[in-house]
Amino acid sequence: MIKQGKAWKFGDDISTDHIAPGRLFHLRTNLPELAKHVLEDADPEFAQKMSVGDFVVAGNNFGLGSSREHAPQVLKIAGVNAVLAKSFARIFFRNAINIGLLLVECNTDMINQGDELELDLAAGIIKNKTQATKIKATPLPDVMIKILNDGGLAKHIEKYGDFQLV
Amino acid sequence: MGKTIAEKIIGEHSGKKVTAGEFVVANVDVTAVQDGTGPLTIQEIQKINLEQAKNPSRTILFIDHAAPSPRKELSNAHKILRDFAKKTGAILSEVGEGVCHQRLVEDFVNPGEILVGADSHTCTSGALGAFATGMGSTDVGIAIALGKTWLKVPETFKIDVHGSFQQGVYAKDLILHLIGLIGADGATYKALEFTGETIRKMPMTDRFCLSNMAVEAGGKAGLIASDEITRQYLISRGRGDKFRPIDSDPDAVYERVINIDASKLEPTVSCPHTVDNTKLARELNDVKVDQVFIGSCTNGRIEDLRIAANILKGKKVHKDVRLLVVPASREIFIQASREGLLEIFAEAGGAINTPGCGPCVGVHAGILGDDEVCLATQNRNFQGRMGNPKGYIYLSSPATAAFSALRGKISDPREVLVK
Ligand code: SF4
Repeated sequence: MIKQGKAWKFGDDISTDHIAPGRLFHLRTNLPELAKHVLEDADPEFAQKMSVGDFVVAGNNFGLGSSREHAPQVLKIAGVNAVLAKSFARIFFRNAINIGLLLVECNTDMINQGDELELDLAAGIIKNKTQATKIKATPLPDVMIKILNDGGLAKHIEKYGDFQLV
Repeated sequence: MGKTIAEKIIGEHSGKKVTAGEFVVANVDVTAVQDGTGPLTIQEIQKINLEQAKNPSRTILFIDHAAPSPRKELSNAHKILRDFAKKTGAILSEVGEGVCHQRLVEDFVNPGEILVGADSHTCTSGALGAFATGMGSTDVGIAIALGKTWLKVPETFKIDVHGSFQQGVYAKDLILHLIGLIGADGATYKALEFTGETIRKMPMTDRFCLSNMAVEAGGKAGLIASDEITRQYLISRGRGDKFRPIDSDPDAVYERVINIDASKLEPTVSCPHTVDNTKLARELNDVKVDQVFIGSCTNGRIEDLRIAANILKGKKVHKDVRLLVVPASREIFIQASREGLLEIFAEAGGAINTPGCGPCVGVHAGILGDDEVCLATQNRNFQGRMGNPKGYIYLSSPATAAFSALRGKISDPREVLVK
């Protein structure tokens, strides 16, 4: 699977409060509406400026904070292709894979705002077409690849009626 | 080779000996969701026709984050939880009963058990010698329905604490210091095991405070061996029969050992907008505060309220400060009322709110105005956390918070406590 899109660059420690703020708690049962505010507390105009298929690119510890699955949900619903970061917070990482949002752990220092990226998932390579460079992604654990391939955890359980992961 | 607490508990629940790094499917004893994460949990399992609770008497749905509800969308979200409880027999913790993590340790979780909760501070229950970890709605939904989950057995950091706290220094200062030391991602994917002479002597309330904040260093769990102090706590909660000793083996393998001398610590404060941005309270004397919040699953327990009331008794908070006090649970509220603490807060000029999360998560009751500063006893100070990305949140112990409310600026409580 090849995915292409533009990079939107963020810094370190982007929290779930940046992605899906607590003050919008009442929209949690209305995810399409909440998605209009995705990453609002990091960049108030992000939701308007981004296009479907773009990449969110960040530094360390992306998604730290609360366990709200709404955070990866709104990134996915907004049409973010994948999140690329140097590292991810644990609960966010699990949640994203569970709901089928692609996460790529890689060195994002060589990606700038607006760069055109091409992600080759099978090869685990990110091509930065603007800079003409290639970045290698850290492979996901097998368990998570199985979940992603089944279309998320709920689908996996629906398919097998139980965990078939280990 | 010896085992850590995490390896022992996860091993027992997956029916084999396990070592850090392994992936397993483990049985889960207790599951929990709250009103922010629960509706999505229920919708996810409805979608795959699994709307059921494997162990209804150990599945708890908490209405605490938006309690009482400030708007109709949230009232409707609460209805989803009430309906699910009726249909499945799961337990509902209603408006006013308190914050999920406090209620879980009060009445639901026992040593040696596994708890998964759709809330990041689920790690609080680790102080009872249980493996307790936060997950998202789908993970917890599946755990509710099937009674199991998948886990990676975490590596463990041993946090070895010795020495006695100076007067005016508390468990909260210790955990803020530790997070400042290792960073907000210093323990990502790892279990923290708090041990050493200081922890062995520490009352449960302080242990809960430490375990609660393990996730603020990225940790998956904040574990403390169960001992006589745990047993006494369980007896006081009517669950003495549920006690069992859980500890790591002397030759357990740790990824990292961190030694801390508690006697060297001073009142510590996290500055905006990350928990690991720590400074000493005495270095922040020029920071004026508009609002002080005493409460939350970190520091809303009766002992915390006693410490704050002791400082506030017979005094008035600074004229430019709003003081909000929220007991973490109904039982704490009642006890505080019996001891006259609520009267002290009210007479000092404080406002007392319904047991629950209060202003911690920015849903209602205490949202900051632009450029306003709050000193809170909660666990998180992320930008926007208290409902306004233009607000500034500092974190401290209840003593530092109470004394700062009197002074109108961040102040070191040793000034009043050390005579
Ligand atoms: S008090 Fe704050 S940190 Fe604790 S459960 Fe409630 S919102 Fe979360």
